Amino acid sequence: MLVIGGGNAALCAAITAAEAGAQALILEGAPKAYRGGNSRHTRNFRCMHSGPLGVLTDAYGEDEYFDDLLNVTKGKTDAALARMVIRQSEECYPWMHDHGVHFQPSLSGTLSLSRTNAFFLGGGKALVNAYYRTAERLGVTVLYDAEVTHIHLDGGRIAHVDARIDGTPQRFAAKAVVAAAGGFEANIEWLTEAWGPAAANFLIRGTPYNRGAVLKDLLDQDIASVGDPTQCHAVAIDGRAPKFDGGIVTRLDCVPFSVVVNRHGERFYDEGEDVWPKRYAIWGRLVAAQPDQVAYAIIDSKSLDLFMPSVFPPVTAETLDELAEKLDLPAQKLVATITAFNAACRPGDFYPTELDGLATSGLSPEKTNWARPIAEPPFYGYALRPGVTFTYLGLKVDDGARVQGPEGPIDNLWAAGEIMAGSILGQGYLAGFGMTIGTVFGRIAGNEAAAHAR
Amino acid sequence: MRAEVNGSRETRAEARRQIEICNACRYCEGYCSVFPALMRERSFSDADIIQFANLCHNCRGCYYACQYTEPHEFALNLPKVLAEARQDSWREYAWPRPLANLFHERGVALALAVVAGIAVIIGLARLLAPTDGEGFYAYLSHGAMVAIFLPAFVLPLVAVAVSLRRYWTSIGGGTVRLSHVIAATRAAATMKDLDGGHGDGCNFEDEDRYSNGRRHAHQAVLYGFLLCFASTSVATLMHYILDMPAPYPIYSLPKLLGLLGGILLCLGTAVLALLKVKADRSLGDVRVWGGEMAFTGLVFLVAASGLLLYAATGTSLVMPLLALHLGAVLAFFLATPFSKMMHGFYRCAALVKEAATSGLRHSITDQGNRI
Ligand SMILES: Cc1cc2nc3c(=O)[nH]c(=O)nc-3n(C[C@H](O)[C@H](O)[C@H](O)COP(=O)(O)OP(=O)(O)OC[C@H]3O[C@@H](n4cnc5c(N)ncnc54)[C@H](O)[C@@H]3O)c2cc1C
Ligand code: SF4
Ligand code: SF4
Repeated sequence: MLVIGGGNAALCAAITAAEAGAQALILEGAPKAYRGGNSRHTRNFRCMHSGPLGVLTDAYGEDEYFDDLLNVTKGKTDAALARMVIRQSEECYPWMHDHGVHFQPSLSGTLSLSRTNAFFLGGGKALVNAYYRTAERLGVTVLYDAEVTHIHLDGGRIAHVDARIDGTPQRFAAKAVVAAAGGFEANIEWLTEAWGPAAANFLIRGTPYNRGAVLKDLLDQDIASVGDPTQCHAVAIDGRAPKFDGGIVTRLDCVPFSVVVNRHGERFYDEGEDVWPKRYAIWGRLVAAQPDQVAYAIIDSKSLDLFMPSVFPPVTAETLDELAEKLDLPAQKLVATITAFNAACRPGDFYPTELDGLATSGLSPEKTNWARPIAEPPFYGYALRPGVTFTYLGLKVDDGARVQGPEGPIDNLWAAGEIMAGSILGQGYLAGFGMTIGTVFGRIAGNEAAAHAR
Repeated sequence: MRAEVNGSRETRAEARRQIEICNACRYCEGYCSVFPALMRERSFSDADIIQFANLCHNCRGCYYACQYTEPHEFALNLPKVLAEARQDSWREYAWPRPLANLFHERGVALALAVVAGIAVIIGLARLLAPTDGEGFYAYLSHGAMVAIFLPAFVLPLVAVAVSLRRYWTSIGGGTVRLSHVIAATRAAATMKDLDGGHGDGCNFEDEDRYSNGRRHAHQAVLYGFLLCFASTSVATLMHYILDMPAPYPIYSLPKLLGLLGGILLCLGTAVLALLKVKADRSLGDVRVWGGEMAFTGLVFLVAASGLLLYAATGTSLVMPLLALHLGAVLAFFLATPFSKMMHGFYRCAALVKEAATSGLRHSITDQGNRI
C-alpha cells in the first residue's frame, strides 16, 4: 500500500493501515529535514467533546461545532461529511495521544480556544516527529525526497505510481493508494493562473513542497474536483517574511491599532471593523488588491505593547517623515493621511480587547473601533503582504475517503487531508479544522486502503 | 581577552535573535521554564539572555520540535546558543578570573595534573610522616587531612559565593524570599525542566525520542552527591561532637550514606557520560564538550575510588587508593568554582529568580491568527 505525502493526513493513514496489518510505504516529496508539509507549522486541532477531555475544558458539542463551521463557510459545506468529521474528532484525541502526540493547555493568551482546540506540545513538528517514530515502529517504510510525478489511472483503478526518488525515476505498483499530498499553494505558476499576475507577489506561509503535482495529475485524468480553483486562504503577514515556510511567526496582529496605507500612502479599509481573530483572514485579500500587493501598518508608541511581538522588529522613526522615507512611502501623502486621520479621531475610552466603538468621524473609509491619533513618537511601521495558507481546490471524496472518478469511485484510490478538504470546506476557515479533517480522513483512508490491500 | 568579550557579545546577539523568533512563535511554551520567562518580555537585555541561558537545561525538546532549524533560513538552535551564552556567563562571573581562564582553556589537562600532583603529595606526606592512627588515619593523620581539606573546601566555597553574587546582581535579582527558594528547590529536586513538560523526559540521546534517561541519571548524581555530603557531615559531627572518630563500621550512618551515595554517583556519571557520547554535539557548546566529559569523569573517579577504598579495607591497596581518592576529592573541590559543578549553583539561582518574577509579570497575550 502506497501513501503519497508525509504530513499529518499521510501519517495518520499509514499508521492506521499498518495497525490493520497492511505493509505501508510513505513517499514524502520533501527531504527529511523538511518532512511533514504544512502540518509541521500547525499548533492545534479542533475537537468535539461532551465533557472535559484531556487539556480541553468544558464541553463542545456537535451542533455548536457545526454552527461555528457554517458561520465561516457561509453555508458552503457538505453537511453530512462535515458532521461526520466533527463526530469522529472526539475519538481522535485519545488516538493521537496513544500514537505519541503530547497535548498542552491552550497557549497562554489563547484562552478563548481552550474549550475548542487542543494544542500540541511543541507544535506540529513535534506531532509529525511522534507520528514518524510510531510509523517506523509499526514497520512503515518511509522514503524521503520521493516526489510523485504521475498516478496512472487505467479503467477505474490505479495501475501504478511514478515518482522521482532522490532524482531518479522509479515506478511503484500498489494494491491501494492514499493521496495525502496537501494543496498546491506553493505552486506560484498555478496560483497566478487562478489569481492573475498579482499572485506572484504572494508569500507562501507553509512548505515549498506542496506544489500540487498529484492533484494536477489526477485532475488531468478527469478525476472529480471540488472547491473553487480561484480561491485560496490568505492572511496579511509581515511583508519581510521569507517567500516560503515563514510559518506562524510572520503573523502581524497590529492592524486594529494602526492606520493601514497602501504604497501611495492612502488608507483603503476600516482597520477597526472587528476583533482581529475575525478579520485577519480578509486582510490577505485586501492587501492583495492593493498596488504591488503591499500595505503598511503604522502605529505609534502607545500601541506597541498591545499585540504579540512579531518576528522582525518594526521600522522605527522619530517623525512620520522619517518613517515614510524608511518605508519608501511618499512622505507628504503619508503625513497628510495621518493628519486627516488624527483630526477625525474622537475622544472616548479605548479598550484594546473588545469592540470599543472608538471611531473616527468624517473619514472615508472610517475606522470604527480603536481609533486613536497616531501622534506619540517613536512611530513604527510594518509592511504587510498576503500570505497564502492553503488552497481550496481538491479531490472529491465520499464518506469512505474514496476518490471519485468520471465513472464513479476509483477502485483503489483514497484521499485525505488538504488535498480533499474542499469536499468539506467550500470557503472560509475554522481554526484547527485542517488538522481535524486530516486526522479523521487519514484514519478512514488508512483503514479502507488496508482492508483493500489485504 | 578582547576577542573573547566580543565572542560572548556575538553569542548573546545571536541568542537574542533566536529568542525574538521564539517569542513570536511560542510553540515550545510547555517544555520548560525558559519559554514562560521569555514570553513576559518584548525586548531582551543581556541580563535576560543570561538568565534564560541558566534556566535552560539543554533538554533539546525545543530543537527537535522547531520548524525553523537549519536548513531553514531562521536557523534556530536554541539549545546550542543558550549553552554557549551560559558557558560565557560562567566564565565571566568566575572568580578569580585568571584561574577560571586557565581552567577554561586547559581544563582537562589541569584536572589530571591536579589529581596526580595531589596524589603524589599525599603519598609523600605518608612517607615522611607515618602516623599511628586507626583506619585511614593510619595512613594520613586526621590533623593532616583537615589541614589539607579545610582550605580546599572553604576557598572554593568563597569563590562560588563571589561568582554567584556577581550573577545575582547582573540579572537584577532582588531580595530572596523563602517561598521562591522552596519553589526553586522543588523544581531542582524533581528536575522539572528535564521532564519535557509531559513527563516523558527530554530529547537528548536519540534525536526526537523522549526519554527520562538523562533526567534519572542526573538525579542519581545529584542525590548521590547529597548523600556523600551528608555522610561526611554526619562523620564530622560524630568526630567532633560525639567524640566518635573513624573508622566506622559498615552499618554506621556515615558508611551507609557514603556507600549508597557512591554507588549512585558512579552509576549516574557513567550513564551521563554514555548519553553524552550518543547525543548530537552540535546542540551543545562544542568548546566545552571535552571539559564537561572530563569533569564527569572526575566525579566518577571520586566515587569509584571511594567505593574501592571501602572494598579494599585491610589490604595493601588502601594506601594507593586513599591517595587517589583524596587527590580526586581535592581536585574536585578546587575545580568546583571553574567547572561544570557551577551549573548547579547558577541553575538554582536562576530558578529562584524565575520563581520571583513569574508571579509578578504576565505574558503579552496572543489575540492573533487563529489558524
Ligand atoms: C502557518 C500555518 C499554520 C497552520 N496552523 C494550523 C493549525 O494550528 N491547526 C490546523 O488545523 N491547521 C493549521 N494549518 C493548516 C494545516 O497545515 C493543514 O490543514 C494540514 O497540515 C494539512 O495536512 P496534510 O497532511 O493534508 O498536508 P501537509 O501537512 O501539507 O502534507 C503534505 C505532504 O505532501 C508532500 N507532497 C506534496 N507533493 C508531493 C508529491 N508530488 N509527492 C510526494 N509528496 C508530496 C509534502 O512534502 C508534505 O509532506 C496551518 C497552516 C499553515 C501554513
Ligand atoms: S524553538 Fe522554534 S518552535 Fe520552539 S518556540 Fe522557538 S521558534 Fe517556535
Ligand atoms: S533546550 Fe530544553 S530547557 Fe533549553 S530552552 Fe529548549 S526546551 Fe527549554
